[in-house]
Amino acid sequence: MKLLEFLKRERKKSASVAKERLQIIVAHQRGQRGQPDYMPMLERELLEVIRRYVEVEQDAINISLDSEDDCSVLELNVTLPNRD
Amino acid sequence: MARIIVVTSGKGGVGKTTSAAAIATGLALRGNKTVVIDFDVGLRNLDLIMGCERRVVYDLVNVIQGEAGLNQAMIRDKRSDNLYILPASQTRDKDALTLEGVEQVLEKLSEDFDYIVCDSPAGIERGAQLAMYFADEAIVVTNPEVSSVRDSDRILGLLASKTRRAEQAQDPVIERLLITRYDPNRVDSGDMLNLEDIQEILAIKLIGLIPESEAVLRASNSGVPVTHDQDSDAGQAYSDTVARLLGDEKPLRFHQLQKKSFLSRIFGGGRR
Repeated sequence: MKLLEFLKRERKKSASVAKERLQIIVAHQRGQRGQPDYMPMLERELLEVIRRYVEVEQDAINISLDSEDDCSVLELNVTLPNRD
Repeated sequence: MARIIVVTSGKGGVGKTTSAAAIATGLALRGNKTVVIDFDVGLRNLDLIMGCERRVVYDLVNVIQGEAGLNQAMIRDKRSDNLYILPASQTRDKDALTLEGVEQVLEKLSEDFDYIVCDSPAGIERGAQLAMYFADEAIVVTNPEVSSVRDSDRILGLLASKTRRAEQAQDPVIERLLITRYDPNRVDSGDMLNLEDIQEILAIKLIGLIPESEAVLRASNSGVPVTHDQDSDAGQAYSDTVARLLGDEKPLRFHQLQKKSFLSRIFGGGRR
């Protein structure tokens, strides 16, 4: 049975792996487009401040700037660790 | 008033210079007065691909710094009266180009030419940004390969923000995708990104598809842009690309697997 399953399972083509990886990275790149140059620095410093109080992972912070008409919203999303 | 087209990609080695030379040649062959400018200061190569490396006397930097006139620096192509090459400097560093200098050169050329093709250096630094800054249209050269596609997307970001059209809130630079080194055999076997996937990821209009072809190396070896080799698939594909640039409707070619005939299958004709 195992052998049959193994033979049936199609190997994932490398091109479709490439496409999936690209879709993720390009979406991420586009998210950063048009952002002010200070955003990466702001993100780093905010993370530093938060980590003074709470132990969070390096990638637990998500920051984005959305502009609509004449108002901009800075959104900060921090995933805090589970309380033991 | 000339139309300014930048040939760019972010990643190096994907075929920018080959494409700039081939497209400029194609535009000239169609009767348009065309100049192709090498922006790769310090690493000029367009002169080699165009086959005029021994006729370079002055270059873009000399013109910008007032050491030579435009007419002294431009080289007339041997094969086409409509085509001129403005080489890059081999010795100076990239800081020798200034935005004002480039603007003046392009304005001057605009008076006499129909098309100005700017061959961008690789990367996203100053040289690449200068090459694209005044463009009306951008041809983004992309290989069916992850790093090339990602870098092309980075370039699209710059085209949308770091160009004169973007900064002055004019109509945006027209972005066109040129896929090069496409191998239908490898696409068919699932080991190469297909053209629909690349278009879907980058979300810009396809202007041409150049198949992986032996003719390209042959052309650069001999310093004759591949557009002149109309017996070759790549030469024809570049002609199609130029026709589309000029507004013609041309169906896509060379993107499908060539089914091997019964006889060639037996005798193993052709290359794999």
